[in-house]
Amino acid sequence: MQSNNQYFVPHGSYWPIVGSVGMASLLGGFASSLHGNVLGTGLMVLGLVIIIFMVFGWMGQVVLESESGIYNKQVDRSFRMGMGWFIFSEVMFFAAFFGALWYARNLAVPWLGGEGNNFFTGQVLWPDFKAVWPLIQVPDVSKYTVPKGIIHAWEIPAINTLALLTSGATLTWAHWALLNNKRNQIIAGLIATIVLGVIFLALQVAEYGEAYQHLDLKLTSGIYGSTFFMLTGFHGLHVTLGTIMLIVILMRVIRGHFNPENHFGFEGVAWYWHFVDVVWLGLFIFVYWL
Amino acid sequence: MATTTSDVQIDIDAHDEHHHGPDKGLMRWVKTTNHKDIGTLYLWFAFTMLLIGGAMAMVIRAELFQPGLQLVEPQFFNQMTTLHGLIMVFGAIMPAFVGLANWQIPLMIGAPDMALPRMNNWSFWILPFAGAMLLSTLFMEGGGPAFGWTFYAPLSTTFAPDSTDFFIFAIHMLGFSSIMGAINIIATVMNMRAPDMKLMDMPLFVWTWLITAFLLIAAMPVLAGAVTMMLTDRNFGTSFFDAAGGGDPVMFQHIFWFFGHPEVYIMILPAFGVVSQIIPTFARKPLFGYSSMVYATASIALLSFVVWAHHMFLTGMPIAGQMYFMYATIMISVPTGVKVFNWVTTMWRGSMTFETPMLWAVAFVILFTIGGFSGLMLGVAPVDIQYHDTYFVVAHFHYVLVTGALFSIIAAVFYWLPKWCGRMYNEKLAKIHFWWAVISVNVLFFPQHFLGLAGMPRRIPDYSTQFADFNMISSIGGFAFGASFLLLTYIIVNCIRNGEPVKDERVWESARGLEWTVATPAPYHTFNEPPKKAEILNESSHIGAH
Ligand code: HEM
Ligand SMILES: [Cu+2]
Repeated sequence: MQSNNQYFVPHGSYWPIVGSVGMASLLGGFASSLHGNVLGTGLMVLGLVIIIFMVFGWMGQVVLESESGIYNKQVDRSFRMGMGWFIFSEVMFFAAFFGALWYARNLAVPWLGGEGNNFFTGQVLWPDFKAVWPLIQVPDVSKYTVPKGIIHAWEIPAINTLALLTSGATLTWAHWALLNNKRNQIIAGLIATIVLGVIFLALQVAEYGEAYQHLDLKLTSGIYGSTFFMLTGFHGLHVTLGTIMLIVILMRVIRGHFNPENHFGFEGVAWYWHFVDVVWLGLFIFVYWL
Repeated sequence: MATTTSDVQIDIDAHDEHHHGPDKGLMRWVKTTNHKDIGTLYLWFAFTMLLIGGAMAMVIRAELFQPGLQLVEPQFFNQMTTLHGLIMVFGAIMPAFVGLANWQIPLMIGAPDMALPRMNNWSFWILPFAGAMLLSTLFMEGGGPAFGWTFYAPLSTTFAPDSTDFFIFAIHMLGFSSIMGAINIIATVMNMRAPDMKLMDMPLFVWTWLITAFLLIAAMPVLAGAVTMMLTDRNFGTSFFDAAGGGDPVMFQHIFWFFGHPEVYIMILPAFGVVSQIIPTFARKPLFGYSSMVYATASIALLSFVVWAHHMFLTGMPIAGQMYFMYATIMISVPTGVKVFNWVTTMWRGSMTFETPMLWAVAFVILFTIGGFSGLMLGVAPVDIQYHDTYFVVAHFHYVLVTGALFSIIAAVFYWLPKWCGRMYNEKLAKIHFWWAVISVNVLFFPQHFLGLAGMPRRIPDYSTQFADFNMISSIGGFAFGASFLLLTYIIVNCIRNGEPVKDERVWESARGLEWTVATPAPYHTFNEPPKKAEILNESSHIGAH
């Protein structure tokens, strides 16, 4: 099918349709399982397995093509643009939740407390409600859990901030090494980054445990718990994915992939990691600290 | 950004080098990475969805033919309005434009294919699964979603049927597909363009799609966020949209419309591009005001992110908010006016002929403008108190979406179909179809303005008798417009199978653009060598004489 000498146009591929089947099974199964369908849970797991199979198969093929040198500069640029705009879409995804946090904190909760022209709304709906943030005492305590406390910024979250910021530095250190072709330093930098990522995740799990078991701070704790877990949860999911990708990159480095000119895979993952880092800073400031 | 890349010789499979055409059989379509194949898949998918969504519209108009409840249960009626809207927006209009982009953008910028061809395949092949998931909700216990295409909380959270979770995941999949498609378009335009084509040499269809792709990447993730919060509110006890937990149902509307208003421009900017290609061809004049078109498109796109709450004037927003959103909204009509002015000026003193694509394009300019005017009226906060949630809004968005977006898609298909399949459609039948459709669509939607001004609410299966006459007229127009699509189907299928063969590369005597320099029908692979500067300039539809 390759009928030109200037551009790279790949052959037909089965991976996309495999991915679609996996995605439909995963999500369709999830939706069924939410309504008590046991088969749905099975379908969901199957879908997840298919997707993992697809990702490794598809990316494996790309890696193979890349390492056999058939990609040119143009393909590299397309990948870079693709990754860059994908990260931008992720930024907008998080923006929706940050926006919800901002709106709830600065508008919805004060209005419920009777601010602005909402004096009578407050009186009629929940006259005893006090608008404070963090919102512990939700308007209708019979419907949602009331937590005993919240996670404070200058405990685990501060350590996590340190871990992630350091991991950004170690990753950049690895990147420099890559540009200078110092293999051992790349590997050391990557391992340090991965370890910091895992530490972050472990602390996050500990923090969730603390929240659920001791503080009664849950997804069901009204708008505070909702925004807290949604933002930190999706962020944690991204850290997990980023860590897995870093492990893949580490294995590729060990196998001798990448050179100073050609290392999109490395850079793409590095961008992703830095993005996750920046989102964390937003979380630390707006969710935990202020 | 686009530089020559002959530095690396690529040769993926030596044994395959003799093989230039498509694979055989069904698997060709499943595996394909060819932008023309994928464009075709998108267009047929969109057409199928258009017919399904259209059938739902027929149910709606049949029920509204007379006052009283005749044909369907109110609950089912609401499922019809909801799925009609969702299917038309996400299943028909958006995929149709992506299909046009797939076919045309590489041809118009002198590129061999899209930048990320395998991902391109995936963007398409998610759609049938998502569409099936969305439609399957109709057959589930408790029925399909019945809360309107805007799925406001708490209707879509507390009071919605179980099938809503399938709807949520269908939206996730559709969004994922759109985002990947948009990323691909940006990478293609920025990176695959013929090295000698500057940004300001690009045809307007390419420009408008580039900007649309940006809107998609910025807006679709916000929709994904909105449905994710819906999902957790429904199933995991969060309270984003429940005041009892400190959340706010109005917040849902803010998030939805932050996506929703850019979304309406996602559906109209490519239409602007199509019309800007067609009018110069049949007016035999270069496009008037090319650069102002580019800047107008970009400013519409940017402004579209800061006007969303004009959909929410009645939610009890603070007065200052209402004032701001009113003025910002009305500001958008300035760049929109620039566009309409430019199209009219392009036609001014042109040697116009009215082949079918031109008829649709002219109808677009006139009827879209009517939709723009009703939009302006709605944008005025104090009068929107009267118009909001009435048939006036329904009339407004059907003028911009049916006689706007959909008409431009039909225009584009008639314009480029001969190039795609190497055959000419039946001009006489196509003209009959045009007049049939354009008359019936106005009979269908124009009376809805009057209904709305008189106070008939939208999304109701029954109405008081004072609205009977206009509803009957509207329904008659609706059935006629619906039937016109049977003729359209025949014209298109007939063209592809038995149309008069077209040999001329140019197809339309005075068409300009790189797509008209390749053979007719367009070969499976085009632009293996990028076109040269002289050819690019010569083929520009916006400079020089035609
Ligand atoms: C001249 C520019 C436009 C202005 C000033 C405008 C203004 C408005 C306003 C104020 C509303 C809200 C009415 C209400 O609910 O009370 C509205 C609704 C709507 N507009 Fe526009 N509009 C414009 C162009 C467009 C275009 C180009 C499209 C799509 C291609 C569009 C699609 C819609 C849709 C779908 C709705 C209804 C949404 C719903 O509630 O279901 N509008 N428009
Ligand atoms: Cu709007």
